Amino acid sequence: MATYTAARREAKQGYVMIAPTLIYALVLLAAPLLTILAFSFFKDGYLTVIREVTLANYIAVWTDPIFRAILLRSLCVAVMVTALTVGTAYPIAYFLSFGVSPGKKSFWLFLITIPFWTSYLVRVFLWKVIMGYNGVINSGFEMLGLMGDGRLFEDPFRMLSTMPAIAVTLAHCYAPFAILPIFVALEKIDRSLHEAGRDLGESRWTTFLRVTLPLSMPGVVAAVLVVFIPVIGDYVTPELIGGGKLPMVANMIQAQMLPLDNKPMGSAIAVSAMVTVTVIALIFVGLVRIFVKGAK
Amino acid sequence: MSDRKPMIEFNDIQKFYGEYHALRGITATIREGEFFSLLGPSGCGKTTLLRTIAGFEDISSGAVLIDGHDMAQVPPNKRSTNMVFQSYAIFPHLTVAQNVTFGLRRDPRTKAEKAGLVEDMLGKVGLAGYGKRAAHALSGGQRQRVALARALILKPKVLLLDEPMSALDRKIREQMQVELIKLQRDLGITFVLVTHDQEEALVMSDRIAVMFEGEIAQLDDPETLYRKPASRRVAEFIGAMNFLDAEVIGQADDGITVVVDGLGQVVLSHSQVSTAHDGTVAVGFRPETMTILQDGQTSDGLETLGVIEEVVYYGDMTYYDVRLNNGKRSVRISMRNLFGRTIPDIGANVRVAWSPGALILFQ
Repeated sequence: MATYTAARREAKQGYVMIAPTLIYALVLLAAPLLTILAFSFFKDGYLTVIREVTLANYIAVWTDPIFRAILLRSLCVAVMVTALTVGTAYPIAYFLSFGVSPGKKSFWLFLITIPFWTSYLVRVFLWKVIMGYNGVINSGFEMLGLMGDGRLFEDPFRMLSTMPAIAVTLAHCYAPFAILPIFVALEKIDRSLHEAGRDLGESRWTTFLRVTLPLSMPGVVAAVLVVFIPVIGDYVTPELIGGGKLPMVANMIQAQMLPLDNKPMGSAIAVSAMVTVTVIALIFVGLVRIFVKGAK
Repeated sequence: MSDRKPMIEFNDIQKFYGEYHALRGITATIREGEFFSLLGPSGCGKTTLLRTIAGFEDISSGAVLIDGHDMAQVPPNKRSTNMVFQSYAIFPHLTVAQNVTFGLRRDPRTKAEKAGLVEDMLGKVGLAGYGKRAAHALSGGQRQRVALARALILKPKVLLLDEPMSALDRKIREQMQVELIKLQRDLGITFVLVTHDQEEALVMSDRIAVMFEGEIAQLDDPETLYRKPASRRVAEFIGAMNFLDAEVIGQADDGITVVVDGLGQVVLSHSQVSTAHDGTVAVGFRPETMTILQDGQTSDGLETLGVIEEVVYYGDMTYYDVRLNNGKRSVRISMRNLFGRTIPDIGANVRVAWSPGALILFQ
């Protein structure tokens, strides 16, 4: 009996401890999500939302070729950015884990987080400056005398408003998110496992393929998800770098929500995008579990 | 044994870590089919030396030869050695069978043949039927067996063992020691063991190299090492040894005359002399070389009177701290508790039988 009340008291204390976070999560995460979900089943009236349950929004969304094109573009950008980010993050994380002496690791980690010191918006805008028509790259070529009539390049490059420009910008912004989980996964690998691989007849490269890579897969999976999911919903980069010419899902939602004032339609697009991302993420994790040993 | 051909040759090996001189001119030969141990306290360079055989450690100068070939330019994956790591280094993402078969990737045999080999090898190390288990779910002793099987399946010329028993509890450790000796005898592979446990080295090895501060202090078979330690340091490291203050009063061709605290004047032969390093002179003997006589018991050797100061009972053995003839310090004598033997009380006056032949002069 005594232990029972003690356990109850402990449980109560536990609830008190998590209460601030719980309230925060309920008010700022669950409530808005549920609102969006509810809105997506309502009807749109002029300047109001008519509270009548209907599937019309979803039917409209999924039969709309523009939505499908934009969702596909968002997915393409997200896949490109994820591949680029994780592909470049892995060597950096590997170097950090294996090439940097233990005493200097925190300094290197600090260097990697430096981009976070400026706001996301400013970082995106910097790429605009770099890739613009009169930007750093084009004027650089001009200064070197490589650009102009009869030179190596006739005209300045048009880099903004292209998919690769969006991909490069996002890859740069999300790089630390990809580096850190891979770094942590690599750090956790017992160093004697590499020696065991060498000892059992494998070269450095095959040891990497058979030991290091599979054991670091949890970090790679985390990196892929951490980059892929937010990139699909990115709003700022397509707006600034894409110049509004290459809208992604977030831009479409914004257009429905604010300028067109069709909140139920905007909500339905948002929920559709969320469901798509969830399904893709689950398929990805499932495939990794099947094909890569060691990724748990 | 001594007529066997050399398997590993160390040729004046020097190793520096920056300023730190880790290996100071190691020259030694390990013979084919030998169970060889590198024994020493932590930081003496024994693991570094083992790792130079595997190829994980570059040497600053000198040469390591395996089966007559200089290993200078040979990477670890091209050497005919395999290692059992201290942490066992079992691949946690693979099953037991996948671990054991890891090194057979380029082996031309079929999958079925390899599976047979694995099952065979698992049987040899006492893990028959464990093939499908996940490696991360094994106990320490099982991990070690997997590590052994994984190395031995490749039929290496030399098996390297880096403190393989240090993570096991006593019972399993003793069992593993016996199994390892049997395995080594059956397979005839050269085993090189690194250990800081002198008992383990004595039990398992054909020959032992005792190392201090990057140098081999003595390289001998276990019995010689125990009976005739080359220095006081080796004597203190291997087994227990009593030291009594002594003074050399006469040197002659037929022996050295020494006055020993508590034992009086004895004549020792020149073969009973060992080095002391620090300039002190002392006479040492093992606890079991003296006998506390029972009432009325006689002995063939010399007898000295003593007083029991401490009795430590171990079941099969008893350790006594005895002060001989009011000497400056007491000595430890160990006796087997044979049936019918009475254990004297603390403070009892006893007669102690000893022989000058068991003494070693450290000077």
